[in-house]
Amino acid sequence: MKHIKFLLIGIFFGIVMTKSEAISWYRIQEMFRFQSFHMYGIIGSALLLGVFIVQWIKKKRIRNTQGEKITFTDKKMSVPRYLFGGIVFGLGWALSGACPGPMYTLVGSGYTVFLITLLSAVGGTFAYGLLKDKLPH
Amino acid sequence: MIELLSKPWPWYVAGPLLALVMLLLLWAGGNFGVSATLRSLCAMSGAGKRYRFFDFNWKNQQWNLVFVLGAILGGFIASRFLSNPAPLALSTATIQDLATLGISFEGSLAPKQLFNWQSLTTLRGGFILIIGGFLVGFGTRWAGGCTSGHAISGLSNLQLPSLIAVIGFFIGGLFMTFLLFPLIF
Repeated sequence: MKHIKFLLIGIFFGIVMTKSEAISWYRIQEMFRFQSFHMYGIIGSALLLGVFIVQWIKKKRIRNTQGEKITFTDKKMSVPRYLFGGIVFGLGWALSGACPGPMYTLVGSGYTVFLITLLSAVGGTFAYGLLKDKLPH
Repeated sequence: MIELLSKPWPWYVAGPLLALVMLLLLWAGGNFGVSATLRSLCAMSGAGKRYRFFDFNWKNQQWNLVFVLGAILGGFIASRFLSNPAPLALSTATIQDLATLGISFEGSLAPKQLFNWQSLTTLRGGFILIIGGFLVGFGTRWAGGCTSGHAISGLSNLQLPSLIAVIGFFIGGLFMTFLLFPLIF
């Protein structure tokens, strides 16, 4: 299978997310209530190391397994798109206690009802696609 | 070994491992952005025939769909073979706050009273599961990314737009937690 690497990385991701409890609705509540360092520690340390990784890839011109140079595209600057989109996302994140990655992992963890949440998220993305031109970006 | 892995993983282990996930995805020819799969699923279902936003070659994104399939399997493996019988070490302040809203904590990852199939048929349960997912899917595409795409990939590349998005995530999350939760629960 062509994409076996991605399957293995995904399995690894799912295990890390489950064992660190980052897929927990309770942990997300704890984060938004500023009552534990746990989630901030996870995102913060991932980010700190991530900054070094990206710098290293750029400096050393690291290539991927297909032999192409790994590139990063800068995101187009604007405020309304990121701010309003982010707010809508945050409302859903706190309510469902899950962002897209955890939605998938929760289904595997036995919370199969998250299939419905995942389907709704696909529906939300579809609705955005229809309304895109009417929204500020 | 299994015993050690079965214990909850502290943040200083999980965080760096998530950075490693980002590195591995880049190395394998992809990138770390889970919510792009939601758009691929729309395109896969044929939405591209009628709507331009979904008219792209989703097959180029197949790797990401395989990645999230792995994320499902990873959740299964972790909960099946590396499960920990001890209750989640949630802060007592959070337990108390949620108790005043009528949400009990039994030590599981998510409130069993809300996240089950029966709950879907109730007004409140259905609202949380369906509207919660919808807002996540709508907001992530509007903002051009989710926690993985903005908070980890984007901020790692020092992108100001990602910082604005993450600030938005928190404005929305705090508004929901402190102003809307007392109305919903």
